[in-house]
Amino acid sequence: MASTLVEKIFSRKCARDVRAGDVVMAPVDMAMIHDITGPLAVQKFQEMGGKTVFDPGKIVLLFDHQVPADSLSAASNHVFLRKFAREQNIENLDGREGICHQVVMERGRAAPGEIIVGADSHTCMYGAAGAFATGIGSTDMGFVLKFGVLYFRVPETIRVTVGGRFPGRVGPKDLILEIAGKIGADGATYQAIEFTGETFRTMDMPGRMTCCNMAVEMGAKAGIVPPDEITWSYLASRRDIAPFSLASDDNASFSMEYSFDASRLSPRVAVPHNVDQVVDVAKVAGTHIDQVFIGSCTNGRFEDLKEAADVLKDGTFHPGVRVIIIPSSRTEYLKALKAGLIERFVSAGALVEAPCCGPCMGGAFGLLAPGEVSLSTSNRNFRGRQGSTDAFVYLCSPATAAASAMKGEITDPREV
Amino acid sequence: MRVWKFGDNIDTDAIIPGRYLVIYDPWALATHAFEGTRDEFAQNAREGDIIVAGKNFGCGSSREHAPLALLGAGIRVIIARSFARIFYRNAINVGILPLVCPEAGSIEDGAVVTINLDAGFIESGGRKMPIEPVPPFLKEIIDAGGLVGYARKLEKVKTCTESQ
Repeated sequence: MASTLVEKIFSRKCARDVRAGDVVMAPVDMAMIHDITGPLAVQKFQEMGGKTVFDPGKIVLLFDHQVPADSLSAASNHVFLRKFAREQNIENLDGREGICHQVVMERGRAAPGEIIVGADSHTCMYGAAGAFATGIGSTDMGFVLKFGVLYFRVPETIRVTVGGRFPGRVGPKDLILEIAGKIGADGATYQAIEFTGETFRTMDMPGRMTCCNMAVEMGAKAGIVPPDEITWSYLASRRDIAPFSLASDDNASFSMEYSFDASRLSPRVAVPHNVDQVVDVAKVAGTHIDQVFIGSCTNGRFEDLKEAADVLKDGTFHPGVRVIIIPSSRTEYLKALKAGLIERFVSAGALVEAPCCGPCMGGAFGLLAPGEVSLSTSNRNFRGRQGSTDAFVYLCSPATAAASAMKGEITDPREV
Repeated sequence: MRVWKFGDNIDTDAIIPGRYLVIYDPWALATHAFEGTRDEFAQNAREGDIIVAGKNFGCGSSREHAPLALLGAGIRVIIARSFARIFYRNAINVGILPLVCPEAGSIEDGAVVTINLDAGFIESGGRKMPIEPVPPFLKEIIDAGGLVGYARKLEKVKTCTESQ
């Protein structure tokens, strides 16, 4: 019987034929915890009677949401996790490396066919590496830390097929916003989204990460791009793994199918207060903005910073706008530094911060006051997400963010 | 015992804002539940009150602080047209019963709801509304009072490679 890519991943793990709808207790290949959800996961692990974790080598532990510690509580949480890591012999990347999802990807800790869980909803980003990766809560994570397994309902798959080449100044973020607008904030709930078609086959890994990252914004359990030469070559220098083929069968059964044409896309903006409220940039052009944030696990990679810098050129940012730029990891920061991007951003008037989640989660810094408007390359524009519940967050691509930061209002990047 | 009625797409940032994620105590979290969007909830919610919502309740962040804040506020049952998946699991894991009721929209704020789990319906204002059955494997976790209680009873977990 024909299977989807996701059914195949679970079937491989369980060594038997597993179908969508089945509930399985499956072993996990890797578990990721960070400074916000980690302390509670450890507490739950201990409440469950956990003494030693299932496999310290399969746990990625780091701090990214409140780095460096921005409060006494955050500092105490960091100390708590450091102690746990030492006791359990888990490698602790601490606050050195950057945003969890970027660090997992660049260290090759996610690979095709793997089942990965992370105590963070954007764990679905590792689908860019061909893994089944999903976000879980802290109690589920406590269970994983103890037993190394978790129950999963094997999801149905929605197939999204995209063809065509992106026009200039339009890219993966515009595409995933368009897809989210079409599928809706709960259109993929309990399901996986498989991204396929010519546009994805030719898309680089950073673009695939941006798209898989936002699968959860449609309610999806996972987003996944079938592994191909681009996936395997990304992994080649990062871990010892031999390529194998893994794809949905031609006649596999999908719960829904959507098609998009990338060549017809224009820059997209998600307007307050839902990610699926997506419009053409023209519709909101001229909207006053107080803050621009370029960063996050969605769009903080070198390629994103380069996209912003290509729009900025030798220009400057508008003096009435606070521009916060945060590379997603130390590695990406160094790439941007060596390419001269950081110098250009700082010269243009931006605040460039050390790798972390930054204003995206509305807890550390860069918070918005009542009435303020933010334009952000991150993934959520919920009411109150970046500070006051009376503030407004718009989501866009790095190119649109850079163009808007220069003009002081939402601007079509093709007009700069 | 009253109903707190909410609309569609209530996200976990609304339930508990990001700046309070350094807190893990349910009662302390409860004092900030729905802060800025529905302040009277934290002040007036009482033990046994019920949240009734539209579709996609609990979407967004995986923060378990969200169901914990509601638990701390006294909520034991949430009835919604649908739930976001991570929140649904988190709710069960911490001991809140999430019930899917397609007709939840017709229940009014401040109403009283009675729940007949075994018969598969809820009742409010003289009207009976069907609820979707809880999947059997989740029922075991619910009966254990949450995933911690369930896990404490387990000596070893039977994985999918061993069963069948």
